[in-house]
Amino acid sequence: MYTAREYVLPKTLEEAYQLNQKKQNRIIAGNMWLRFSSGSFGQLIDLSDLGLNTIRQTETEFIIGAMVPLRELEKHPELNAYTGNAIRDCVQDIVGTQFRNSATIGGSIWGRFGFSDILTCFLAMDTEVELFPSGRMTLADFTAQKPDNDILVNIILKKTGLKTAYRAFRYTATGFPVISCCVSKGDFWRIAIGARPAKAMLHILPDTAVLSSAEDTALKELLDKTIFGTNSTASADYRRHLAQVMIIRAAASLEV
Amino acid sequence: MEINYILNNKKVTSSITPHTMLLNELRSQGCFSVKCGCESTNCGLCTVWLDGTPILSCTMPAARIAGHSITTLEGLQAQALEFTRFMAEEGSDQCGFCNPGFIMNVLAMARELDNPDQNQINHYLAGNLCRCTGYAGHMRAIEKYLAFRSAIQKGGADND
Repeated sequence: MYTAREYVLPKTLEEAYQLNQKKQNRIIAGNMWLRFSSGSFGQLIDLSDLGLNTIRQTETEFIIGAMVPLRELEKHPELNAYTGNAIRDCVQDIVGTQFRNSATIGGSIWGRFGFSDILTCFLAMDTEVELFPSGRMTLADFTAQKPDNDILVNIILKKTGLKTAYRAFRYTATGFPVISCCVSKGDFWRIAIGARPAKAMLHILPDTAVLSSAEDTALKELLDKTIFGTNSTASADYRRHLAQVMIIRAAASLEV
Repeated sequence: MEINYILNNKKVTSSITPHTMLLNELRSQGCFSVKCGCESTNCGLCTVWLDGTPILSCTMPAARIAGHSITTLEGLQAQALEFTRFMAEEGSDQCGFCNPGFIMNVLAMARELDNPDQNQINHYLAGNLCRCTGYAGHMRAIEKYLAFRSAIQKGGADND
């Protein structure tokens, strides 16, 4: 458990950003992972007073505040109607109801965790992040870059008419995923594979690619290009096999 | 730092450190039903309500609850008694260590879900671990308790 000298609730993004430039300070989101760090921090920067706990929508996008709890994503009717319940499916097996009432989407996305169901799901959709002060960038670019001192403000899901399906494999109902896959289809396929165990990676394939059986060349090539690893949870070969099955199932569910 | 909040319908002023977790704050207020079972944010034993929503107090910064309302099992004695009668009848508690967090989440579920089926019950309570029972007795107790509540509510409506 960490210690901290001060707990601050900035009233503006500018103030939060300035506080976050000091190396010894930390932004506190859901505190689900931060609590395991043993550092001695200066100021804990709580973003609760910045109005980032709402899901708004315009004609063209959903704007999800970084402090929105995972449980709100799970229960949001329009968000789940748009994503064919992929968002509910990616969130609902994470630990428990109480955990998801505190864990935030911002913490999940910022952490770029390998095991993240949420990162895997949003990566396969048309998603951007809004940072202060840098502005917007695609989630794929954000995932590839190292954490810096910006503030993650919103996660933006564009309404581009994608069909999306999420599948993961767990040993126990509330455990970490052994593999996570999200498949979406619009003008092309977007396939994200997470818990490899490294962080999710995204593949783009033409919409003519066939992903219906283990014999399909497109699927074989996709799996060959994906780096799977071995750890105490599962071997690389097992993860590759699971990913193949999950992708076929997810893709098939979009054809219905 | 000093915080003001509502604990079981009473105003509380408390002196905390910036890294005090709600669990420790509540135990310092004498709420010993709130316990830490796993130290990995996983077991549900430390469940309390923040403004009526179940959360894990082990990971909630106490500083964040300033101005909010916290409910622990100590503040829900009548409701807890109503439910635990069914637990006792079904023999669904053994060592009893996990009961406080489990009861807090069952009562939260009864407020949030309307006539949940077994899948919904399992899903809502999946984050409450019990290492004795295997949960079968829990499920019987919950179903009978929900049926009882539903009957009372219907009875009340008929009388109106």
